[in-house]
Amino acid sequence: MKRLLDPSSLRALARGCAVLGAGGGGDPYIGMMQALQATEDYGPVALVDLDELPGDDLIMPCGMIGAPTVSIEKILNGDEGGRLRENLEFMTGRKVAALMPAEIGGSNGLVPISWAARIGLPVLDGDGMGRAFPEVPQVAMHLAGISPSPAVMTEERGNLIAFRTISGHWIERLERAAAVEFGGNAASTEYILTVAQAYTGTIRNSISFAIRIGEALAAAQSDPVAALIAEIGAFHLVAGKVIDVERRTTKGFVRGSVIIEGLGADTGKLIRLELQNENLVALERGRVLASVPDLITVLDSETADAIPTERVRYGQRVTVIAFGCDPLWRTEPGIAIAGPRAFGYDFDYLPVEELAGARA
Amino acid sequence: MPAPDCRLGIDVGGTNTDAVIMDTDDRVIATAKVPTTSDITGGIASAIDTVLTAPGAEPSRISHVMLGTTHATNAVLERRNLRRVAVLRLGAPATLSIRPMFGWPAELAQTVSVGAAVVEGGIEFDGQDLSTLDTDAIARFLGEVGDQAEGIAITSVFAPVSPRHELEAADVVKRELGEIHVSLSHEIGSIGLLERENATILNGALAGVARDVARAMREALTAHGLQPVTYFAQNDGTLMGLDQALRYPVLTIGSGPANSVRGAAFLTGISDSLVVDVGGTSTDVGVLVNGFPRESSYGVEIGGIRTNFRMPDLVTIALGGGTVVSGDSIGPRSVGYRLAEEALVFGGTTATLTDCAVAAGRASVGDADRIGPHRARLTEALARADVMLGEAIDRMKTSKDARPLIAVGGGSILVPDQIPGVSEIIRPEHFDAANAVGAAIASVSGQVDRIFHVGAGGRQAVLDEAQEDARERAVAAGADPDAVQIIEIEEIPLAYLTSPAIRVRVKAAGALGGVPGRQLAARLAQQARLADTVAD
Repeated sequence: MKRLLDPSSLRALARGCAVLGAGGGGDPYIGMMQALQATEDYGPVALVDLDELPGDDLIMPCGMIGAPTVSIEKILNGDEGGRLRENLEFMTGRKVAALMPAEIGGSNGLVPISWAARIGLPVLDGDGMGRAFPEVPQVAMHLAGISPSPAVMTEERGNLIAFRTISGHWIERLERAAAVEFGGNAASTEYILTVAQAYTGTIRNSISFAIRIGEALAAAQSDPVAALIAEIGAFHLVAGKVIDVERRTTKGFVRGSVIIEGLGADTGKLIRLELQNENLVALERGRVLASVPDLITVLDSETADAIPTERVRYGQRVTVIAFGCDPLWRTEPGIAIAGPRAFGYDFDYLPVEELAGARA
Repeated sequence: MPAPDCRLGIDVGGTNTDAVIMDTDDRVIATAKVPTTSDITGGIASAIDTVLTAPGAEPSRISHVMLGTTHATNAVLERRNLRRVAVLRLGAPATLSIRPMFGWPAELAQTVSVGAAVVEGGIEFDGQDLSTLDTDAIARFLGEVGDQAEGIAITSVFAPVSPRHELEAADVVKRELGEIHVSLSHEIGSIGLLERENATILNGALAGVARDVARAMREALTAHGLQPVTYFAQNDGTLMGLDQALRYPVLTIGSGPANSVRGAAFLTGISDSLVVDVGGTSTDVGVLVNGFPRESSYGVEIGGIRTNFRMPDLVTIALGGGTVVSGDSIGPRSVGYRLAEEALVFGGTTATLTDCAVAAGRASVGDADRIGPHRARLTEALARADVMLGEAIDRMKTSKDARPLIAVGGGSILVPDQIPGVSEIIRPEHFDAANAVGAAIASVSGQVDRIFHVGAGGRQAVLDEAQEDARERAVAAGADPDAVQIIEIEEIPLAYLTSPAIRVRVKAAGALGGVPGRQLAARLAQQARLADTVAD
């Protein structure tokens, strides 16, 4: 066991998940409260590494699919995760050894911990994305050739759907439609894999990484933004003020842009962020500073709390940072499903550190 | 005797209670400033007595009284006079993963709660039933806690989409327990179940505090033979009637800062500016946009409890006229309302920022000779206070362009004549009563915060519907229908969902209707009935 997820590590994890959300994934607050109550009622959850688990057992990637705005109102029952596991074990005839967040960014980084506490299973130190992405197939398991099926989806009342689809595209399409019928939000698992497959088919150590971010922020004496940048080797893009926010919704995505005007040492800089649920691209006078799949996060300049895209408002004092994604996303297939062209942009991906190097 | 045509505005601050009388032409007739008392009610009565006996006050001309106060916040912080509440959530089998009041400070939860239940019921975001409302379970819960409960707080999942389960549950309460204070979440907060539930529980807890304040006001006014229409200022600086304030006291929990900002706008005629309000203990810096305070984008915490109230966006620093200067440190301790005895220039022995302002020649109050040998040290301390103030002001600015600043509050003599990034400093007449003026001139508002489904009419049809709804609410609350304007509109698309839905927040506000004739008589009759319940 790597560590016990106690209340203080859960609070740190929540702050880290917000930073790794890159603007998306929903507010981790509700997920944190669920995890805090579940661990208070059922005891703390063990965070484990792959070496501690039997190679043939299953890892269950899981989380919520749907609108985060619904999940702050229609909060989970708590038994969803147990039901997913029961049905998965029934369908596959195999044992689930550990739960894993399908997505570390935003609220989904915490929800599996509350389920794990209730069913007495450990949580694997890893996830499917290393950040937040809008679509189900944008996961490391997909890159590793793992099938999305069988997938299971359930909700608070106990309704449950099992899926066998021919592709990641179909699982995204069917689950998203079912989430609307379930009331805008539901619990799901897809892309299940064995412990042996998980060595290369997941993003490793992302929960520890998120906790480290939260702990660095909490420990920072005077300048938490600087502490965060130092801790994770992020690039400072601009510190300034939000001077324009434009948002519109199309086909379930919040698209839009945010303009930040530099202040202090950054006076004269004008940075534009393009967003689609998450922050996708940062531009300065048409020049790309960073883009997906690297992470771009907007921080409150004073507290270094990550500000989700739907909460960015005119006049806020913010610092925009960017940092490198997991190397899995920088491979050709990774860039194909999560690079700028996958989001409709007409330019090639360059790693954030190369872009920064070219400017220097 | 002339017809009653004057308004009496009262603002209860941490240090002082201010009162102002204004006539129909919005002229200030009289002002008063008295120390706030620990029971709140003594200070209100004293402010009313003082302002009504001021030269030119003519008490018989008072037709309306408006009260703004932060007393409810203090009651929560000090756990004082809080009622015991039964907490009912409608949402099972959803929501069970976080129980009501999880995360509250333990002793506050114990003080307030007589028990909590989560029963089947609640609404989906599209307006359908989440589950069928279990009225039997509600009745059973009420049977268990009815003896001890002084109020019931009811919160349904997605009540902002449809309040029908909350209303049905309220009927069950009436049937089982008769007349008991009931708080319904859809009247109180917006989307965000836990925050709205917290605010609804606090509302039930504060019902007694609101009643005491209403009673004290009524007694003080009756002593002068007055029976004006009574309003309370809300967090956003707009007004609600006495009936609403008694049912929903939590909505008045932080009206002070909004009153100051609105008062500053009114006294200067400026609608877009920075505003600094310097009191005895602290300084608030706010921003005036279109005549209203800019709101914070995050919900506020009250006594460690998360709510989703939008309050004026403020930076507050511990600098005020009574702030104690000792050695190298400035504050946060303040002599508060004892300034007039304890400051050096008033014959006391404590060096305060007021003494610093006198030492530096910025203000001329009290006896400057008493500064004596401290002059250099105090002048230097004032320079450091100026830097702190300048930083607070800079944090609220939204662009690097220099902006005007309106300085109000009794301690605003501390504000220097030049501040970096400030184009001019405006010090209006009656600056020290801006908060009470803000209460007196406040308008009446109506608000909508709901998730709408984008149907055939498209987005515009939804926005139109929301605006119409907000206007109707403002008029229902007493606004002049011809004067109602949409003052804020915000739309937030629901992300990660293919079915088009948007969350729309609209606020409409307008000046108080004339309240003449029949309407006035009806309001007064209603108020008299309420007064009976207040008096027992």
